[in-house]
Amino acid sequence: MEVIVCVKRVPMVGGRIVLTPDGQRIDTKLLGFTVSPHEECAVEEAVRLVEANGGAVTVLTLGPPEAEEQLRDAVALGASKCVLLETGEREFGPIATAEAIVAAVRERGGYDLLLFGNEAADTGDFQVGIRVAHMLGLPVATGIKSLEVDPGSRRAKARRQYRGAEELFELPLPAVVTVKEGINLPRYPSLPGRIRAKKAAVETSTPVWRDDGLSKRELSLPEVERRHAEVLGQGKEAVPALVSVLESIGLLT
Amino acid sequence: MRVLLTIEHDVDGVLDSSLRAATLARELSGSEGEVVGCLFARGPVAEPVAEPVAAALGEQGISRCFTVELPYAPVAWARSLAAIGAELGADAVVAAATDRGNEVMAHLGAITGYPMAANCFACEEGETAATGVMSLLVTRQRWAGSLVESANLAADRLLLTVATDAVQPVPSDLGRPAELVVFDPPLEEGDADIVAIESQEESGGVSLASARVVVSGGRGVGSPEGFAVLEELASLLGGAVGVSRAVTSLGWRPHSEQVGQTGTRVTPDLYMACGISGAIQHLAGCQSAKTMIAINTDGDAPIMTRADYAVIGDVGEVLPALVEAIKARS
Amino acid sequence: MNEVTPTSAGAVVIGAGIVGNCLTYHLARLGVRDVVLVDKGPMPNPGGSTGHASNFIFPVDYSRMMTELTSDSTAQYKELGVFTESGGIEVARDSEREVEFRRRASTAKAWGIEVEIISPEEVRHLVPYLDSSVILSGLYFPRVGVVDSLRAGTIMRERAQALGGRVQASTEVIGIDVNPATGAVERVRTSAGEIETELVAICCGVWSPRLAEMAGSHIALTPIVHQMISVGPIPLFSGTVGEIEYPIVRDVDTNMYERQHGGDMEVGSYAHRPIIVSPDEIPSNEAASLSPPELPFTSDDFDPQLAQALELMPELLGDESVGIRYAINGLISMTPDGHPVLGELPEVKGLWSVSASWIKEGPGIARAAAEQIVGGISEVDVHEADASRFYPFQLTRQHVRARAREGFNKMYGVVHPVEQWTLEREIRLAPMFPSERELGAFCYQTAGWERPHWYASNAPLLERYGDRVMPRTAEWEARWWSPIINAEHLAMRDACGLVDLTAFVEIDVAGPGALELLQELSVAQLDVANGRVVYTSWLDGAGGFKADLTIMRLAENHFRVVTGGAHGMADKKWLLDHAAAHDGVEVWDLTSSLSTVGLWGPRARDVLASASDDDVSGEGFAFGTCREIEVNGLAVLASRISYVGELGWELYVPIEQGARLWATFLEAGRPHGLVPVGIGVYGTTGRLEKGYRAYGNELTPDYDIVEAGMTRPKVKAQEFVGKDAYLSQREAAPSATLCTLTVDDHRSSTGELRYMLGGEPVLTPDGKRIVDEKGRPAYVTSAGSAPSLGKHVLLAYLPPELAVEGGKLLVEYMSEQFPATVAIAGSRPLFDPENERVRA
Repeated sequence: MEVIVCVKRVPMVGGRIVLTPDGQRIDTKLLGFTVSPHEECAVEEAVRLVEANGGAVTVLTLGPPEAEEQLRDAVALGASKCVLLETGEREFGPIATAEAIVAAVRERGGYDLLLFGNEAADTGDFQVGIRVAHMLGLPVATGIKSLEVDPGSRRAKARRQYRGAEELFELPLPAVVTVKEGINLPRYPSLPGRIRAKKAAVETSTPVWRDDGLSKRELSLPEVERRHAEVLGQGKEAVPALVSVLESIGLLT
Repeated sequence: MRVLLTIEHDVDGVLDSSLRAATLARELSGSEGEVVGCLFARGPVAEPVAEPVAAALGEQGISRCFTVELPYAPVAWARSLAAIGAELGADAVVAAATDRGNEVMAHLGAITGYPMAANCFACEEGETAATGVMSLLVTRQRWAGSLVESANLAADRLLLTVATDAVQPVPSDLGRPAELVVFDPPLEEGDADIVAIESQEESGGVSLASARVVVSGGRGVGSPEGFAVLEELASLLGGAVGVSRAVTSLGWRPHSEQVGQTGTRVTPDLYMACGISGAIQHLAGCQSAKTMIAINTDGDAPIMTRADYAVIGDVGEVLPALVEAIKARS
Repeated sequence: MNEVTPTSAGAVVIGAGIVGNCLTYHLARLGVRDVVLVDKGPMPNPGGSTGHASNFIFPVDYSRMMTELTSDSTAQYKELGVFTESGGIEVARDSEREVEFRRRASTAKAWGIEVEIISPEEVRHLVPYLDSSVILSGLYFPRVGVVDSLRAGTIMRERAQALGGRVQASTEVIGIDVNPATGAVERVRTSAGEIETELVAICCGVWSPRLAEMAGSHIALTPIVHQMISVGPIPLFSGTVGEIEYPIVRDVDTNMYERQHGGDMEVGSYAHRPIIVSPDEIPSNEAASLSPPELPFTSDDFDPQLAQALELMPELLGDESVGIRYAINGLISMTPDGHPVLGELPEVKGLWSVSASWIKEGPGIARAAAEQIVGGISEVDVHEADASRFYPFQLTRQHVRARAREGFNKMYGVVHPVEQWTLEREIRLAPMFPSERELGAFCYQTAGWERPHWYASNAPLLERYGDRVMPRTAEWEARWWSPIINAEHLAMRDACGLVDLTAFVEIDVAGPGALELLQELSVAQLDVANGRVVYTSWLDGAGGFKADLTIMRLAENHFRVVTGGAHGMADKKWLLDHAAAHDGVEVWDLTSSLSTVGLWGPRARDVLASASDDDVSGEGFAFGTCREIEVNGLAVLASRISYVGELGWELYVPIEQGARLWATFLEAGRPHGLVPVGIGVYGTTGRLEKGYRAYGNELTPDYDIVEAGMTRPKVKAQEFVGKDAYLSQREAAPSATLCTLTVDDHRSSTGELRYMLGGEPVLTPDGKRIVDEKGRPAYVTSAGSAPSLGKHVLLAYLPPELAVEGGKLLVEYMSEQFPATVAIAGSRPLFDPENERVRA
């Protein structure tokens, strides 16, 4: 079972994002970097599949040289090979990203499953995995919260939630699956894992940038209304006041 | 501008998220333009659903809506939209940024090769280039709404999804229901291979994303058993139970109930945050609640800067008393 | 929950970490009305360093002040019910550390800390998951424990509220206003409104410098990163009830610790490169991904530690199912000398710093601060933490950062008691420094001054004096030391020594009110004839030592106060604080304007006479007087006193003439056998032979004048600070007497001669700790060679029944006991007991 997991280096933002003065980037001077929770789960899922069925996990990222950190983090969790598609100054949009991944994946070949997070934490484009699938002519399921792979029949059952109910998709392998947080509880890196990660080799290549048709002009912070909650009371004594509020907004008559 | 809008519905009619998307689609179409709907259904769209759907669309200023008889097969849905878009000569295709909306629009982008802008909440027409490529200035959410991006979307056909929690539905009543037109999509081989095999999409019930009331619990609920009273209150108020990320991380409740950046984003009339301190990742999922009530032992928790009303106290003490009080009224 | 923001307060405490909460309570307890505690973050964890602290407490043995603060804090935590005893073990991986363990086990004993050196097997018995083959021994502290510092803060805050204190959470201080006329704090401006107050305490940890700057003041600390990871869930800990069941391990040779925290193991490090952050770079509560001082973990810095941690606990930490669940670059405060910054800031009246405290001393330092704020005196002597101890250069960002960088990796290091810094040297240079460098001066740094401790040029004296220089073979005692010191000492006693004393602090007090002010501060009578030199103590209100210095009466209304560089800033603040209440007094700090040399020894008069036409004879220039004389064309203020027990003078000139004065004596002294002599003689050997007391060693607020043996026959009629206490001290029988001891046999079990350096416990002949009736342990306050006597001399306070000359006692050093004799009980000098040489 050969699994490729695609992750994206993103800043570990706090409650309030701080932007650079030109409004082009998040000010990351004081921030650490990570991948989105969906992608953490994708790495975990890949590692579990390989633990159960044999094979290896390759972790791939498109990003700056520093994104090596996220590749090594994945190695600490059980991935064994690292691919860095090193970008320069230009931001890759979803189409350019998908093309770069496809080029790298085609070159490697020999995979059974391509895993993504449902969406990147920073851009929230919801489409790279799907575009990759179309370019490679592979089936794809997204937002998956349960994945069963049968290596014998080379089929996968992928489940997700739709409006409170479960949906099931069946896919032949190789396939693309984008997963959501909740599919598993990702492990933490072990100390021996971290030591392995430090030693892992990283294959690096430089993908070609292209104009996507979607270009960022500026970033800004949403206006958040800070309220000062009106205290209805302490403990049980507040119940009559609570009931009045529910009445006032029409929930109780 | 002619805009094709994907409509999602259930047994009760058009989903609130689609109504919100309709509002933005109408703005995009402009006074001279038109919004045309497209609705997918597992079987023929007939009574009792057809009437409320047609009425709701009419209230949104949509005079006609194609109906496509298809189970949920995302590629097939996208292929249908591509075909209808081509037939209409649509300038834009819009969907609500729901799981399905984003998925289908991404497929449409992949099929057509056009860019797709997700989670938009405002747009403004830009200049069309000499090559005839249209340009749209979109304002969209990033980081689950913690950040706003203004971006330029340039394509022959503009594809975008609408952030459901950032646009208020504004009716524009035509005074008549929309005309429903059956469309038979020209599918390609394999388009419907990947299909939701088991799906209870039309089953109705109160889903978290569209619930009018969400009773949400955090670590302060204390234990998995502590959620029984939240469930009881939610059912009394006709709402759904939500949880914070801390609760799913502890394994107390399923991730499907998680509200927040990596969970569900809710837009209820009332959000009750019970024992939730209010991490920003959680607030990202409930910031558009009309009214928020926080119940917390800590009067200085961050949730207090977002809530309208607060009760200082233990969830295990306040909620049972509230449930009793509500029951006593009926 | 905030109520309406108060508009005025008896005191505003900024910062609701462990210190601020405790300070609010102690202030309220001591009767300060309307104390308001303000923090920009929410309660109970506003997001400061307290929130990410590892919360364990090892008893401290390196500083008496820190020992007492830690011990008081532990008592407070216990009373609050938030202390869990776990025991703690420092483990040695190399043999130098084993030696250090033996030394520290003895020092710890002096302070009454329970400690035991244990074998690797015994360590393994206590910590079964530790690989005993990588360690040589353990230093076991059974009373180590962990605390819940957030809970402690909450209880303290609630107690303060019960006493009328108020808490303003989520309220950011945006300004501290100072009255321009009085220089006193008058208002705190916050995001929730303004609060009028005359007392503000900054307890903001890593943010403290920023708050001080709001009022135009400075707090010498810098935030620095301490990396920590938490690893779990550890199967062995799965059944743990509460927080901790196994002792905390300090792997000191790798600068790491491993501490159980419930089901996890926390691994902390002081081994990584020093990572310094500016207070302005710390993210806000809103922008921080965790809390503000929990910066993103930089794993590259920690990676080398992983292997070392694995080596020590291979099975437990090497378990692949056990993960790193939490990892931070946590910010902590570091000061230039490692001590907290406690006290009123010199620039602003009413503005206090209670900063740079760790969890282990937080409640103690808060109590001491409250006591000082309310009554001026704290029970624990905290002068080492005095906020006014810093010179302006020590407050610069560069200096603070350099010291923090250098100090960081010494956190668990083997640090010598007189260890010198390597960064930020040559800050203050005496005019004769080039000459001193040519003479091969080996310098210690004091208050920024490079002070020659001995001169390599005097090495030929070693041959002359042979074994009388008391050579040391043990590396520890020979470190930062040279037998040349003792050779210089003997040369001075034989002929004459020339000492550079430019580091002295000279403060002139002048004007019609000068006498009255100095009378108010001094125990000694200062209404003396012009040209007299008076040696005096200054006391605090409780009769404890505040300063120890000399005062020259230069004219009717003109005095010169001379004190040591190390305590000069604190003495100056004490003087200025009192001067504020006197009319007609002007105070000038002349330290940077004057250069001073000391000329002492039996030939000093001959040397001085050969360079001066003035009358310097015994009759013409009596002991204890000062006057201007001419030396080689310079107008020199000469003061005939001595701290080394010899005939001679302190000679003051304007600083630009210091080099000429120095050169004059080197030249004029040559025929008389004059040698340049370092501070090793001035501060230690010369002083100890005479039994002279030093401020900070023997003279501390813990002991009184009577106990120090410095009582004068009469008490002056005038009032002075501490007089009432002093009078009652004189009435009472002292609980201790300062004694001079000599070591009878220096041979250790290996036969090597060992020499104590200070801080060692003095024990009864049967090896029991000695504690006086006030609970003060007997320990060596100063130690050093007495080359003229061929003895190693120790000063120690002993209870009356043991302060008997000829009495036999033991002194413990390096976990061995050495016999010692009480040579002198009281202040009589061991060398030249009749002081004939001084008065020659």
